[in-house]
Amino acid sequence: MSARAGLDLSLLPDGGVRWLDASGPNADVVISTRMRLARNVSGYAFTGRARDGERLRMLAQVRDALGAVPSLSGSLLLRLDDMATQDRQLLHERHLVSKELAGLDAQHPLRTGAAVFLGESVGLLVNEEDHLRLQVLRSGFAVPQAFETVQRLDAELGAQVPFAFHREFGFLTACPTNTGTGLRASVLIHLPGLVLTKEIGKVLAGLQQMGLTYRGLYGEGSEVVGNFFQLSNQTTLGRSEEELQDLLVRVVRHVIEREEEARRVLVRDAGYIIEDKLWRSYGTLRYARSLTFDEAMNYLSGVRLAVGLKLITGLSVYTLNKLLIFTQSAHLAHLEGRALTEGEANLARARYVREALVSEGGGVE
Amino acid sequence: MLCDSCKERDAVVHLTRIVDNAVTQLHLCEKCAAAKGVETTLAMPQHPLGDILQAVQQQASTTSEDAPSCTFCGSTARDFRATGRLGCPHCYDAMERSLRELLRRLHGSSKHVGIRYETPTAHVHTKPDTLHDLHDRLNRAIATEQFELAAELRDRIRVLE
Repeated sequence: MSARAGLDLSLLPDGGVRWLDASGPNADVVISTRMRLARNVSGYAFTGRARDGERLRMLAQVRDALGAVPSLSGSLLLRLDDMATQDRQLLHERHLVSKELAGLDAQHPLRTGAAVFLGESVGLLVNEEDHLRLQVLRSGFAVPQAFETVQRLDAELGAQVPFAFHREFGFLTACPTNTGTGLRASVLIHLPGLVLTKEIGKVLAGLQQMGLTYRGLYGEGSEVVGNFFQLSNQTTLGRSEEELQDLLVRVVRHVIEREEEARRVLVRDAGYIIEDKLWRSYGTLRYARSLTFDEAMNYLSGVRLAVGLKLITGLSVYTLNKLLIFTQSAHLAHLEGRALTEGEANLARARYVREALVSEGGGVE
Repeated sequence: MLCDSCKERDAVVHLTRIVDNAVTQLHLCEKCAAAKGVETTLAMPQHPLGDILQAVQQQASTTSEDAPSCTFCGSTARDFRATGRLGCPHCYDAMERSLRELLRRLHGSSKHVGIRYETPTAHVHTKPDTLHDLHDRLNRAIATEQFELAAELRDRIRVLE
């Protein structure tokens, strides 16, 4: 594969975006569920310390083993180390690869051997901070379903490739914060009601006490925009995979209840103010000629809340999910077929949002 | 990351603020945070790396931090302190005691209770080191100035060649 601009997204199984289809449970509040297992292959130094040749041999060993891994049969191998920046960013914006693997993080330049195998709703990231990151993304609040899929991939792959495992510490990882199960179970959740009622601080502090942590739209190190939070387990050792899932499910159910309660309070105590505010968000998105990404996220948050409250009908959650992803800069550049300046991207973003709201939200009232 | 207020010192307090319906984040150094009277209990969780470094620093006073800790990859306690990352799976054996304490601090436990893993039978007997592997390890040992380890690896390469 040679370095080129213009990744052919039609090659990706399900475009890599089935998790956006809003078909999962509680999809209006929980956008997606993600399960990630960190694994390393015995016999090699961890990625950060390995030499180029070691990383390439490890990649070849994994590639050769995949013939006996049904979960990844028919998967597509993408070599990030041989890909233009914009294409790597595009994959990152789709949540298919991490910022570190895509070499978009100033602290971690692109590594030789950085690659991803993409199957349906399943990804295998190679030469990330750990040799292997097994990833599953599902629509909505679907923790057990997502875990079952990632566990199957783990069992199949672990039978072909020897993982580094310690009798006491469990699965060994480059960073001790992932040691043990190597499991990071997370949900991407939209909490505008709790933000507007100023309850969010208490809720976030509470979930930290329960052993969960929160991040922004893109996981570690990313900022919170548009009232989207990623909630995940903080620790990976000393609790089983089932216990970690149960904890996440229990706490997220509670957070969803608190969010629904906050929305009821908003409608009860500030009905017309909220209604006006949310319709203004819609109006801005429907008619603005230039939108920054943060602006778009914040107005989309308003419209998403309005759809959840049934103040706006005729607009699907799927369309709103799609707008979250497709209004990012690499997606806009891909659509326009060229690199865009920030100003051009703002114009293209506003145009894309207007067109989507007209073509897919024609019945809005 | 620099403090958003003074732009001079490192930000250590990460504050989520809510203005209208937008969430913004403010990164402040300790001094500016105190000056603004910021309540820090609700700040973004600090990266666990801070805890790691603190724990390893305490260990460093009792161990010779430049001695090669791991005979496989040549990583030392100093490398770990600098990067927060271990060099290879063997580092867990080489630094077992200090890591056990570290894992307890990070996770509240050092005992894995999740899925047990059995190495596939084809890989149970450790494969003999290939020349490729040994050359990689030799180069790494030289690059990190682990000369005793390098000499040992060089001898093993000679035997194989």
